[in-house]
Amino acid sequence: MRLSLKDPQFSGLLWQVVVVGLAIALIAWLWSNALHNLSVRRISTGFGFLGREAGMPIADTWLPYSPKDTYLWAFVVGIVNTLRVATIGIVLATVLGTMIGIARLSSNWLLSRLSAVYVEVLRDIPLLLQLLFWYVLMQGFPPARGAWKPIEGVFLSNRGLVLPAIPIGSGQLWALGSAVLGFAAFYMLRRRLIALQMRDGRARRIWLYGLMLIIGPPALVSWWLGVSWTVTLPELRGFNFVGGWTLAPEYFALLIALVTYTSAFIAEIVRSGIQSVAKGQWDAALALGLRRSFVLQHIVMPQALRVIIPPMTSQYLNLTKNSSLAVAIGYQDIVSVANTTLNQTGQAIEAIALIMVVFLTISLSISMFMNWYNARIALTER
Amino acid sequence: MAVATEVPQAPRPTARSPSSWGARQPILRWLRTNLFSSISSTIITMLLLALLIKLLISFVQWGFLDAVWTVPGNDTGACRAVRGVGACWAVIPEKYRFILFGTYPFDQQWRPAAATLVFICLFVLTSLRAMWRRELVLVWAIALALIGLLMWGGVPGLPFVSQERWGGLPVTLILATFGLAFGFPLGIIVALGRRSKLPAIRSLCVLYVELIRGVPLISLLFMASVMFPLFMPDGFNIDKLLRAQIAVVLYAGAYLAEVIRGGLQAVPRGQHEAADSIGLSYWQKQRLIVLPQAIRHVIPPLVNTFIAFFKDTSLVLIIGIFDLLTTAKTAIIDPAWQAFSVEVYVFVALIYFAFCFAMSRYSRQLETQDKAGK
Repeated sequence: MRLSLKDPQFSGLLWQVVVVGLAIALIAWLWSNALHNLSVRRISTGFGFLGREAGMPIADTWLPYSPKDTYLWAFVVGIVNTLRVATIGIVLATVLGTMIGIARLSSNWLLSRLSAVYVEVLRDIPLLLQLLFWYVLMQGFPPARGAWKPIEGVFLSNRGLVLPAIPIGSGQLWALGSAVLGFAAFYMLRRRLIALQMRDGRARRIWLYGLMLIIGPPALVSWWLGVSWTVTLPELRGFNFVGGWTLAPEYFALLIALVTYTSAFIAEIVRSGIQSVAKGQWDAALALGLRRSFVLQHIVMPQALRVIIPPMTSQYLNLTKNSSLAVAIGYQDIVSVANTTLNQTGQAIEAIALIMVVFLTISLSISMFMNWYNARIALTER
Repeated sequence: MAVATEVPQAPRPTARSPSSWGARQPILRWLRTNLFSSISSTIITMLLLALLIKLLISFVQWGFLDAVWTVPGNDTGACRAVRGVGACWAVIPEKYRFILFGTYPFDQQWRPAAATLVFICLFVLTSLRAMWRRELVLVWAIALALIGLLMWGGVPGLPFVSQERWGGLPVTLILATFGLAFGFPLGIIVALGRRSKLPAIRSLCVLYVELIRGVPLISLLFMASVMFPLFMPDGFNIDKLLRAQIAVVLYAGAYLAEVIRGGLQAVPRGQHEAADSIGLSYWQKQRLIVLPQAIRHVIPPLVNTFIAFFKDTSLVLIIGIFDLLTTAKTAIIDPAWQAFSVEVYVFVALIYFAFCFAMSRYSRQLETQDKAGK
């Protein structure tokens, strides 16, 4: 066999060898430079630094943390901070975005126009600018003494948002756990009841069982263990609040910015999803005498979801990645912790590798979950 | 807009009772069908109107009636007096040169202004359908060279200005436009690579795209600002702006590759087969047959991607590059004006909004034209 460049197989192989060779050479060159530079700067590579004392303060945490803890624990705290802004942000942005997306299609002219303005304004201004804006606005709020009190027990001041809270102890956790179990049981029962209804056409009172299963177990457990569900209202003492649940201004600003910005994109996705459902579906359902809200919920939305879910996944990923803007206002998420670590230890490669690993893991998890959900609601054709 | 027509409206009450109020008056009829068609719709309208009027009143009070438009010199006493009640727009005439052009030498600031104008002309030219031909590449090359000449100078009449002194709007435009100009060819190559039959090349491209898209832009920028010097040989270093530009190009390349891949998938198989059958080589086939069709398909999403970049360039604030947002934030470090950041942010937001809104309108217009053409 003669080797010739005209032969597609041979030229293909040649291309691959050349490109991969170049890539490997580039990486090797960069790596050798890095090793040399690190040795000149006397920075030891590796993740040994994770065991050392971090010495960085983290103000707003859910996990117990003190600057005496290790870098590893600081990273864990940072990851939890990222997750808590991302998960709550995703839930709120989905709710708000869906509402605005539906409002844009409202037959009420004023409502649909205002929703369009909301979407257009929020989409066309950089998120970082919006974030800085909210943060500055929040710093301009009155101090704790003159806090705004929209309703009893809720305070809005430059210390952030303070809400009434229920102290969670082990008793409450048991009760909540039983509620989760009850919910799982309800979910299974619901599937069973729907299957029964499909068979004989008789409607069953799903929600009655639901209420019993979701409220019943925690009520029983609370009674059994004598758990009290008292709400503690925050109080102003001296210059700060005591009791209640505080959302620090950094967290609050980041959450508002992420939720409003992402909800504008979600609204557009929901709108185009609903519009993608054929008009005949509406006509047929309305001709049967069903109410518009029922048609939207039970006939149009299930079909629209098939169009909505894939782009929604990328919005969730964007929200998670955008939560890293926290570093600009001093909310200590994973990127901020890694950045401080990098400045303190000089372990640039390790710190940035950790950021990447964390975000790739989160991205992959969200993608996997959404793909599973997408497969579940996908059209089952005969 | 097409929005209202796609979803069936509630039945029109006027059709039922022609004698009911407003049936003959077009305005009243419009009001009735669009704002007061049912009890719930009426309630929503009333609530929204109340909210809107309240917001408008407080905004007009803050932004116009109680606002301070000018102050003598640097004396912000008048502004402090209305703080929390009215806006202090006096900060804008005081600081706009710094916000727009950063620390560029003051007497030379007509040059970044001219460069901005060249950018805008370039965008407008590119948006014209008649310009979508090969010669456009030449126009871009000339325009970008002209911008470089204006910004750097170094020829008689234009003293040299180092890029460390650049700032403001031109830097934002440079980061976004050069990011697109270099990210676009990169994106095309990666998109072709991702659809290639050669496994090694395909997996390299997948790795690149997924790695970049999986992490936040900030971590890429950190890499550019902190890690880049580590990976270079001793004594070799390049400017921070250029490093950030490289990060933006790599980032843009990955996202553009995905958009272009969508376009490649939309080109029918027959086109490939026809090109093969007349004996075109791989590159000839892509260049002459496949890519022109693929890119035409994805022009609206390309514009949307560009809007996203334009906004995302503001992230360079975090690594301390003086783009429009950074100059705005720096302008209000001045203790005299520190309290009036909201006004400055509103000003900058308007600039960003003007660019993004124009582009998003344009992209929507293209989509409707495409739909009409089909």
